[in-house]
Amino acid sequence: MGSLFRSEEMTLCQLFLQSEAAYACVSELGELGLVQFRDLNPDVNAFQRKFVNEVRRCDEMERKLRYLEKEIRRDGIPMLEIPGEVPEAPQPREMIDLEATFEKLENELREVNQNAEALKRNYLELTELKHILRKTQVFFDEMADPSREEEQVTLLGEEGLMAGGQALKLGACTVTLIRESTGHHSGKHWRQPHEGGANTTESMTRALISDDPNRHMGQVQLGFRDKQESLEFLPCFVAGVILRERIPAFERMLWRACRGNVFLRQAEIDTPLEDPSSSDQVYKSVFIIFFQGDQLKTRVKKICEGFRATLYPCPEAPADRREMAMGVMTRIEDLNTVLGQTQDHRHRVLVAAAKNIKNWFVKVRKIKAIYHTLNLFNLDVTQKCLIAECWVPALDMETIQLALRRGTERSGSSVPPILNRMDTTEPPPTYNRTNKFTSAFQHLIYAYGVATYREVNPAPYTIITFPFLFAVMFGDLGHGALMAAFGFWMCYKEKPLQAKRIDSEIWTIFFGGRYIILLMGLFSMYTGIIYNDIFSKSLNIFGSSWRNNYNESTLLTNKDLQLNPDSDDYVQIPYPFGIDPVWQLAEANKIIFMNAYKMKISIIIGVFHMLFGVCLSLWNHLYFKRRISVYVEFIPQILFLTLLFFYMVLLMFIKWTSYGPTPGHFGDETYVKTSGFCAPSILITFINMMLFKTDENTRPQCDDTMYAGQIGLQKLFVILALMCVPVMLFGKPYFIRKEQKLRAAQGHQSIEASAENGTAGGAPVPSHDHGDEDITEVFIHQAIHTIEYVLGSVSHTASYLRLWALSLAHAQLAEVAWNMLLRKGLMSPSYEGGIFLYIVFAGWAAISVSILVLMEGLSAFLHTLRLHWVEFQSKFYAGEGYLFMPFSFEIILDSAGQAEE
Amino acid sequence: MACKFCGPKLSLCGLVLSVWGIIQLTLMGVFYYIRAVALLEDIPLGEKHGSIDEFVAEVEHGYNQNALNCWIAALLYVITLVISGHQFWMNNRSSVSM
Repeated sequence: MGSLFRSEEMTLCQLFLQSEAAYACVSELGELGLVQFRDLNPDVNAFQRKFVNEVRRCDEMERKLRYLEKEIRRDGIPMLEIPGEVPEAPQPREMIDLEATFEKLENELREVNQNAEALKRNYLELTELKHILRKTQVFFDEMADPSREEEQVTLLGEEGLMAGGQALKLGACTVTLIRESTGHHSGKHWRQPHEGGANTTESMTRALISDDPNRHMGQVQLGFRDKQESLEFLPCFVAGVILRERIPAFERMLWRACRGNVFLRQAEIDTPLEDPSSSDQVYKSVFIIFFQGDQLKTRVKKICEGFRATLYPCPEAPADRREMAMGVMTRIEDLNTVLGQTQDHRHRVLVAAAKNIKNWFVKVRKIKAIYHTLNLFNLDVTQKCLIAECWVPALDMETIQLALRRGTERSGSSVPPILNRMDTTEPPPTYNRTNKFTSAFQHLIYAYGVATYREVNPAPYTIITFPFLFAVMFGDLGHGALMAAFGFWMCYKEKPLQAKRIDSEIWTIFFGGRYIILLMGLFSMYTGIIYNDIFSKSLNIFGSSWRNNYNESTLLTNKDLQLNPDSDDYVQIPYPFGIDPVWQLAEANKIIFMNAYKMKISIIIGVFHMLFGVCLSLWNHLYFKRRISVYVEFIPQILFLTLLFFYMVLLMFIKWTSYGPTPGHFGDETYVKTSGFCAPSILITFINMMLFKTDENTRPQCDDTMYAGQIGLQKLFVILALMCVPVMLFGKPYFIRKEQKLRAAQGHQSIEASAENGTAGGAPVPSHDHGDEDITEVFIHQAIHTIEYVLGSVSHTASYLRLWALSLAHAQLAEVAWNMLLRKGLMSPSYEGGIFLYIVFAGWAAISVSILVLMEGLSAFLHTLRLHWVEFQSKFYAGEGYLFMPFSFEIILDSAGQAEE
Repeated sequence: MACKFCGPKLSLCGLVLSVWGIIQLTLMGVFYYIRAVALLEDIPLGEKHGSIDEFVAEVEHGYNQNALNCWIAALLYVITLVISGHQFWMNNRSSVSM
């Protein structure tokens, strides 16, 4: 039996591996990906295992690689990745080489980075110094400029006076200081104006630092009280660079701390500088502070330190400054070349690493995975061999043996590994072999619960029923075609799209379900043709079967007219495929007609779906040799469903076939009983059947029943169905009880213990003793199960009406979209309509895709999922297994790659 | 030719929309032209009709007019297709050369 119908048969195996060959063998098994190892030392923590050291080394290597990768990414170097070409797990001795390579690379890179950082810091300092020299030059020049000075004096003298006492005082404190320093630096320039008498004592006071801290570029206002006096003071200043945003606070702090006895000038550096530690671009300003005395000097220096300002030595003499500036410029140039070379070197190292990095990652991860697996193994007493336990698909024993042999050969060991089947009572893992087509459907099933071992797998049936039930709700040729086109594109471009590795979550979901989407689209197109719906319009492919026989005057005077199927209006040959397109024009009763049709279809599909589910439970019972369950569970269940709900389905078919038009005999007494006039309501009939009630037909011409003996038969069916309930309820507990007694009488001989506990044919019976199982527990369990089934049959049947409801909603929504949007574009009586239509069509298309295809599609998808999980699978599917998770490099690398991104 | 004015997403959107528009609008034009009854509700008609002949004439005119309008819109979508196709190609080429 194919493994799609049931999960694979699994065996627990013991694997004896020679210590030397273990690595190579596990590596081979990892490439194969068919073996799930069990942890044999679950009570040993991670640090006490045998290969901790190796795992740790691998972790270290991985860290180094991640560092390298980060650096490569930072430089924007593309990393080479050859799809499909994955290196094999390297030999253990190769690990040392790899380690050495990574060590070397990392060290080299770190060194380069360090150097680069030091160089950059150096560079920054030099640039800052360059700016200081340039800007301070401006300050000094400014002060030295005599004409400017005079101008300022005249301009600001008055202002200073106007500013009042404070300004004056302020000026008095600082003026000397400034004059002193500037006078000293550029004494010769200064002489002239002073001696010229331009600066008389009366204009000596000028505000130096404005009160307004926002006025960074405060005008320097100098005044001289007495030339001689000034020479006595020692000039002092510091120059430095500070972050621009700190300036206001810095200025205020200086002012407060030094009681206004310092003079600060600052200028912004226009170009942003690069911070070497964070490589951010920062804006800085040059400042220069003039002060007097050592005490102030220490204070100022402290403040500068506190504000993280960097101070630079700045010579006082202009010639020295010029010389220094020259020196700085040459050094900057030198540094630039060195920096360029460092960058080049780094780039070269990284480019070389980028070529191999993906390969290295794969290798390291493989080694790590192998050692990780080896850690799960048990050590033999002799320390000569490792013992592993693993779950293996029974069919793949051969391939695994082969892989083991390859591994031994590769390691050069002479002793072949031993693969030994073990008997176990543990439930094996569930493993369903899937391909790219079936895996999506299998995942839908797994999302509900992993099948119990060897249980019937609903996935192969889901492949057909899922898209079909979806399509019943999504029946529209146009929307289906859009969906199918999207699905087809994804399937057609499968390989390139896979290689692209788009990381969006929504895309991954769509792409993973591409075959489901394609099938859903195709099936929707089919149901769309059946419903004769394409964007809520109908196609008249074969020609309608309805004719208009009204004359002109009738047509002109009546708003609504009926076409009677019992006359020549209907040609008596139905439309060959799907709904007759004439219904699209029947505004008065289209929905009523479609509802009757779709509701019946939904119930018919639902009942068949559920019946099929119950039949699958028979497969389970037979396979697990639960003979009793067949008699007391399956048979009453299927009887219950058949007698009540399948009978209702039959009534629908009877109604469809035995009531209909007989043209030419309209109104004839003999034919009226089989005409649509006498067709009974199925729902009322069914309710009456359940209530043992017989209604008189309100129409005297018609029969009370659909066929002879209907009442009696229905009563029989209901009674039989009700009798099934106690069988379901008490049957199993009764048989279990009987069996327990029998066993007690025979004295603990286990007979047919597998009857209930459901172990697979081949596997040995667990030692689990049924004699101990409490009979009340069995009874309660059975009661719950029965109530669930009986009530479930009713509610689940009703639940399938969602097929109708969603289909109706979709059709109506599509019609609204057409009438509200596209029709507006079609209603203009002249040629501008074409342009208007062009715009409206785009809007209509957007609405169609976003609401009708995406949202409605999602809702229909979720309802289909529910119908499968709840209504279908509850009939047979336990879903209590656990998944087979083989040791496979492919899976490990995939998950590692995803986690990384 | 460096007249790239829409991004890869917009140009793809335009491409898909115009292909859809061309197919659907051309077909709708054909259906109008052959006087599909299903589209009767989607033609501009006045409220009052003097006689049945007048009504038929108006319907005929409406069908023809709408068929032409559909084809005009389809033609506009052909232009859109060309433009967005060009943009798409430009985008693709620039991303390759990068």
